[in-house]
Amino acid sequence: MKNTALTQKHIDLGAKMVPFAGYNMPVQYEGVNVEHMTVREGVGVFDVSHMGEFFLRGPKAIDLIQKVSSNDASKLFDGKAQYSCLPNNEGGIVDDLIIYKISDEEYMLVVNASNIEKDWNWISSHNDMGVEMENKSDEYSLLAIQGPKAAEAMQSLTDTNLKEMVYYTFEQGTFAGVENVFISATGYTGSGGFEIYFKNDDAEKIWDAVFEAGKDFGIQPIGLAARDTLRLEMGFCLYGNDISDSTSPLEAGLGWVTKFTKDFVNSEALAKQKEEGVSRKLVGFELVDKGIPRHDYIIVDSEGNDIGIVTSGTMSPMTKKAIGLGYVKTEFASPGSEIFIQVRNKALKAEVKKPPFIEK
Amino acid sequence: MNIPADLKYTNDHEWIKVEGNIATIGITDFAQSELGDIVFVEVETIDEDLEKEEVFGSVEAVKTVSDLMMPVSGKVIEFNEAIESNPELVNSDPYNEGWMIKIEVADSSELEDLLSADQYKDLIG
Repeated sequence: MKNTALTQKHIDLGAKMVPFAGYNMPVQYEGVNVEHMTVREGVGVFDVSHMGEFFLRGPKAIDLIQKVSSNDASKLFDGKAQYSCLPNNEGGIVDDLIIYKISDEEYMLVVNASNIEKDWNWISSHNDMGVEMENKSDEYSLLAIQGPKAAEAMQSLTDTNLKEMVYYTFEQGTFAGVENVFISATGYTGSGGFEIYFKNDDAEKIWDAVFEAGKDFGIQPIGLAARDTLRLEMGFCLYGNDISDSTSPLEAGLGWVTKFTKDFVNSEALAKQKEEGVSRKLVGFELVDKGIPRHDYIIVDSEGNDIGIVTSGTMSPMTKKAIGLGYVKTEFASPGSEIFIQVRNKALKAEVKKPPFIEK
Repeated sequence: MNIPADLKYTNDHEWIKVEGNIATIGITDFAQSELGDIVFVEVETIDEDLEKEEVFGSVEAVKTVSDLMMPVSGKVIEFNEAIESNPELVNSDPYNEGWMIKIEVADSSELEDLLSADQYKDLIG
C-alpha cells in the first residue's frame, strides 16, 4: 500500500486510516458530520494526493485529448480547467477527469487514483500522434482546501487573488513560499474553494502553512468519509459507484460533458444513443420512509418490480434526510416519481429529486 | 476506551446490564468509535421472543450498516425512542443515554457465557 507525502501528518492528528485505491488514506479525524459541517460553513483541508496527474505535451496534445475525452477541449484557454469523461468502446466510461490547459502545447489531466494505470494505458493506446506523455502521479501532492472561508483563509499564502478566481480556472503561482504551485478554483464539495497541486517535497511545508494561515478561520483536516457525503449532497458522480466501465455518460446525466461537436472514442454510438434515448438514467432520490440507501440496493416500483439499482447513499448531514443516487428505468426518472428502495426485507418509499439535495 | 466494570459484554461489541430479569442492551464505546457517526438505529422486534445471537435490529453509520444481536435469549420489551430522533446519543453516551433495548431475560444461565469488563478489554486489545 502506498502512502502520500502527508500520511504521517494524518496519523499524528489521530486520523482513522483506511486503504483506498491502494493508498493509506485518512477516512476521518474528528467525525464525519463535524467535518462535513466544517466544509459547508467554514474551511477544511483534504489530502487527496492519491489522485493521478498526467502531463501531455506537444503540438498534437490537444488532438489526443479531443480523441479520448467526451467534452470539447478546444474550448479551453490557458488557465482554464474542464470536467470530462474518457468513454470506452463499449458505451461505458473508462474514467472521469479534469483537463487543465497550461498552454497550447501542455495539458494536465487529473484522474481517479483507482484508475491511474488503466487511464494511462488507455490514453497511451490512442497516442499514435507522438504526444509526449508523463505520469507524475507519484511526484505530485494535492490538497483540496474547501469551504466558503477558503479564499479568505488562504489569501495570506499567495499573491494570486483567490477571491476573484472564477470556478474552473487555475493559475500557476507561489503558494506558501513554494513556486509553481497549481492553484485551481475547483473542488468536489459544492462549497467553493481550491485545489492546490505541488511537488511531494513541499508537502509538509505547505500543509503546515495552510493550517497556520487557516487557524483564525477554524480550519480543520477533513477525511474521505466527509468527502463522500459532501459530493453526494451535490449529486456529483463517484467513479466506481455511480459511473463505471458499463455506464454510459448519457445515462449518468453527463450529457453536458459529452459534446458531439467533434469525433471521439465511441462518439458515433453515443450520438446514436442520444438520438434514440436511454433506457435508464442516473437520478437523485430522497427517502420518504426511514432508513439509509446503500450501494447495490435494488430499486423497485410500487408493485415490487425491479426498476433499478442504488449506486450511492447516505444520510445528508445538512438536511438529516436519507439521500442517494441510482439508476432507474427512464419512465421513473422524472423528479417527483415515486420509487422504493429494497432495504433488506422492506421496500422503503423514496422520491426522485434533482440534486443538489441542499439549498445552495 | 471506556469499559464500565459493572457491565457484561459480547464478542459482537455489545454491552448488557442486568437488573432482576430485565436487561438493558447497547453497543460499546469501542463499537461506536469504530462505526463512526451513527445516523439511524432501527429496532422492529418489540414484543418478539428472540434467541441468543438472533438479530434484533440494525445500526446505520455513515458508511456502514451493522446487525444488532441478542446477547442472550429473551423478549424485547422496550426500544430507546430517544435514539430514534437523536442517534448521535449512541456515539456520545453509549452506556447511558445511548442504550438500545430492554429485554426480559429468558434463561439467566446464558448470562454466564458473557464477557466481563476485563475479558472484553483483552478482546479489543
